[in-house]
Amino acid sequence: MVRRNFMKTLSAVAVTAAFGLNSLSALAAETIKVGILHSLSGTMAISETALKETVLMAIDEINSKGGVLGKKLEPVVVDPASDWPLFAEKARQLLSKDKVAVTFGCWTSVSRKSVLPVYKELNGLLFYPVQYEGEELEYNVFYTGAAPNQQAIPAVEYLMSKDGGDAKRFVLLGTDYIYPRTTNKILRAFLKSKGVADADIMEEYTPFGHSDYQTIIAKIKKFSSEGKKTAVISTINGDSNVPFYKELGNAGIKATEVPVVAFSVGEEELRGVDTKPLVGHLASWNYFMSLKNVENEKFTKLYRAWAVKQKLPNAAKAVTNDPMEATYIGVYMWKQAVEKAKSTDVDKVIAAMAGQTFKAPSGFTIKMDEKNHHLHKPVFIGEIKADGQFNVVWKTPGPIRAQPWSPYIPGNDKKKDTPEGK
Amino acid sequence: MRTIGLLLCGWLLSASLAQAAIDPALLKPLASDDSDTKIAAITALAQAAPAEALPVLKALADDSLAVAGERLVVVDGDRVFDAATNAEIKPAPAAREAIGINNRVRRELAAALAALRLFSDERAVRWQAAQEVTLSADAKMLPLLDKALAAEADPEIRTRLQLAHAQASLGSADAEVRLAAVRTLGESSDPNVRQLLIPLTEKKGDNWVDPDSGVRAAAGTSIRSIEQRLAWADNLGRAFTGLSLGSILLLAALGLAITYGVMGVINMAHGELLMVGAYSAWAMQSVFRAYLPGSLDWYLLAAIPVGFLSAALVGILMERIVIRHLYGRPLETLLATWGISLFLMQAARTLFGAQNVEVANPVWMAGGIEVMPNLMLPWNRIIIVAFSIAVLVAMWAILNLSRLGMFVRAVTQNRAMAGCVGVPTGRIDTLAFGLGAGIAGLGGVALSQIANVGPAMGQGYIVDSFMVVVLGGVGQLAGAVWAALGLGVFTKFLEGWTGAVVAKIVVLVFIIIFIQKRPQGLFALKGRFVES
Repeated sequence: MVRRNFMKTLSAVAVTAAFGLNSLSALAAETIKVGILHSLSGTMAISETALKETVLMAIDEINSKGGVLGKKLEPVVVDPASDWPLFAEKARQLLSKDKVAVTFGCWTSVSRKSVLPVYKELNGLLFYPVQYEGEELEYNVFYTGAAPNQQAIPAVEYLMSKDGGDAKRFVLLGTDYIYPRTTNKILRAFLKSKGVADADIMEEYTPFGHSDYQTIIAKIKKFSSEGKKTAVISTINGDSNVPFYKELGNAGIKATEVPVVAFSVGEEELRGVDTKPLVGHLASWNYFMSLKNVENEKFTKLYRAWAVKQKLPNAAKAVTNDPMEATYIGVYMWKQAVEKAKSTDVDKVIAAMAGQTFKAPSGFTIKMDEKNHHLHKPVFIGEIKADGQFNVVWKTPGPIRAQPWSPYIPGNDKKKDTPEGK
Repeated sequence: MRTIGLLLCGWLLSASLAQAAIDPALLKPLASDDSDTKIAAITALAQAAPAEALPVLKALADDSLAVAGERLVVVDGDRVFDAATNAEIKPAPAAREAIGINNRVRRELAAALAALRLFSDERAVRWQAAQEVTLSADAKMLPLLDKALAAEADPEIRTRLQLAHAQASLGSADAEVRLAAVRTLGESSDPNVRQLLIPLTEKKGDNWVDPDSGVRAAAGTSIRSIEQRLAWADNLGRAFTGLSLGSILLLAALGLAITYGVMGVINMAHGELLMVGAYSAWAMQSVFRAYLPGSLDWYLLAAIPVGFLSAALVGILMERIVIRHLYGRPLETLLATWGISLFLMQAARTLFGAQNVEVANPVWMAGGIEVMPNLMLPWNRIIIVAFSIAVLVAMWAILNLSRLGMFVRAVTQNRAMAGCVGVPTGRIDTLAFGLGAGIAGLGGVALSQIANVGPAMGQGYIVDSFMVVVLGGVGQLAGAVWAALGLGVFTKFLEGWTGAVVAKIVVLVFIIIFIQKRPQGLFALKGRFVES
């Protein structure tokens, strides 16, 4: 890697020397740089690597159709290695050294929080493609994943419905960081508003990368045997999901008895797990690979071909998932906004983003809200099938507007629905 | 999946020979989008045509029932059967849409299937069905249970069915029947049964839920005896999880007990030797997948020697190239091995990619033994406990019974003297280090079955391994065993009480205090060769 970069620099220097200084500015102006800030190693690599591939795929697709404003897009990939402070460092490098026009990146909320000050200070533009806890609205960020009211709340409502199993007790299980803690705070307030007592809610956290879920599974078994119908809401993130689901299957917890609904587990995370014992456990997302519509067929076919072309590991079984769809939407909306603004200037692009629409693989035309930097998204709840795909058992009739400030957290009613901008 | 397919196929064949067609009007509502309609259809079908319904309902449960035009079909691989007549449709209709079910339908379906299977000819099927029936037994099922009990001869299944029967008759109006039911249920060890009994002993407003005082007293006795059994199973489960974690810690630390404990090398690359072992398991899985797909389930057995040898090889290379120049200089060794650990991690990243690789559990390691309804001991954990005992015994035998072991002990105790009597100390060092590394490789093979396999996986175990060896006392195998088991049980006990995050902190604090008070660890070497 180092050597290759070195060679590149060397050849760039040679070119500059040969053609004089004028050609340098000409060379730089021919492309628009796009930053990709996703962990390619460490505990989050299981989820984030596919997002890097999605951005690269979308860029390749756009370039093959002539690029943006007549210029080709040039991806700049960095690896923050699931190390939160390193995210900020790499973000600064992207903005000040590489001068990227836009960045697609981050998965965990802790990484997003870590890069926020950098994007604010240097007035950068970040597209964040993952479902998150809300409680944030930044001028420099567009959130293409779900806010709590577009994922968590509908999932819990479903569990409490007749088809979802009439759950009366809840285990809130998560990795120990800001997203699970805040989501569980919102869910606790929501459950209370529905008349669920504190004694019927169990909250448990594990460190990042935790791999021994025996105790927690035993606790869930005990908690669920104390009478009322129990459901587990999992906000476990990263590769801990693999040992968690393995243990769940081995311990014989069936979805018909104690369903587990997950907010960070999709097709990609389930690739490393034997899904036969997990049939019926749920996930709530704004997109599933198994959705049947024309856009999705195009999207999955495109990604499969990309995976084969790039020789990705296990390419024959490559899957798409919700954050990948959100990433894809993000790249295209940014392209449309740049074309509308006729510039890659951050402030102009942000202004042009409002109200952009895109025919998304979820089968709906998705709109970027005029005010709050979030997408209007449909919600799907799917049950895991034996082949690792999801069977949609519930969905909203159409896209719903995001509420980044959850009404279930006191004081949020006074928060403004537009980011403090310039 | 293939066995299920075969079973299904067999079922279909036998069904097609003996049975009449099902009325398509009964089948149609199964394809409805509404769960209530579907459930009603399942019940109606199971009652109207018990024998013919079984394959159809089974197909629905397996996601292989589909709608093709106007009729319902059962899909089995490439072949398609008409659900009503069970005749194969040729050519198979191309346009068909699988019928999806949700958990609620799946639950009802399982109950209906269990009820039908109670009358199967095979004992295993009936036993399974009797267990499933207990989950959903209520008053509606009494006639069915009566019929099944009358036909059943197997004593074990009878006991199960009697429990289900008792559970179903709890709502009876006759106090005598209720009393008998409550007494029978006292034999159960199912937490759900306790939940059914508790309301009987409670008051609703001013009145008792159960008017009969005899029934109430019997319910109280039954609840207590169930609770005793549950508590026993709880404690057993806790002890087992502790034992399981202990065995994993032991496997991770055993290799270090030799390299650090016996040879005194602070090997920071120990975690990466575990990683080498885990990647060998993955490599063997890939090899088997490519060349011996028929015996894929046995890749793990092949991974054991491969894991040992490849980690031992890496260890021997490390020793020959770097460590042997640094004996007696612990700080330099620490830095050098740390460098090697970074090197090995990056090598894994370059060779196998930065992402975790998937190592699947073989089929014989999936699932578990259900000791009690609230206690399931997973096979993978049991096998790892057994494996760690086997590795421990083998290592003890090598160190205490073999010539190599004797030399290793001699060199540890007095290097100069051992050299004088002709022990090739340099070569013994290399072999001992290789042995320790190889055992770390075995630990890695075991870890690949329960944890994620990735380039940085060793980092998570290096601290734990050193904790075990230091706590147990340097230079002692027995110390490592006790320390690993003690830490395992202690951590699991704490986790149950404080949660995983706090437990981790408390364990670290405990070890720091312990080492302060007793730097030599649990077991100290005694005698004249103790380091001064």
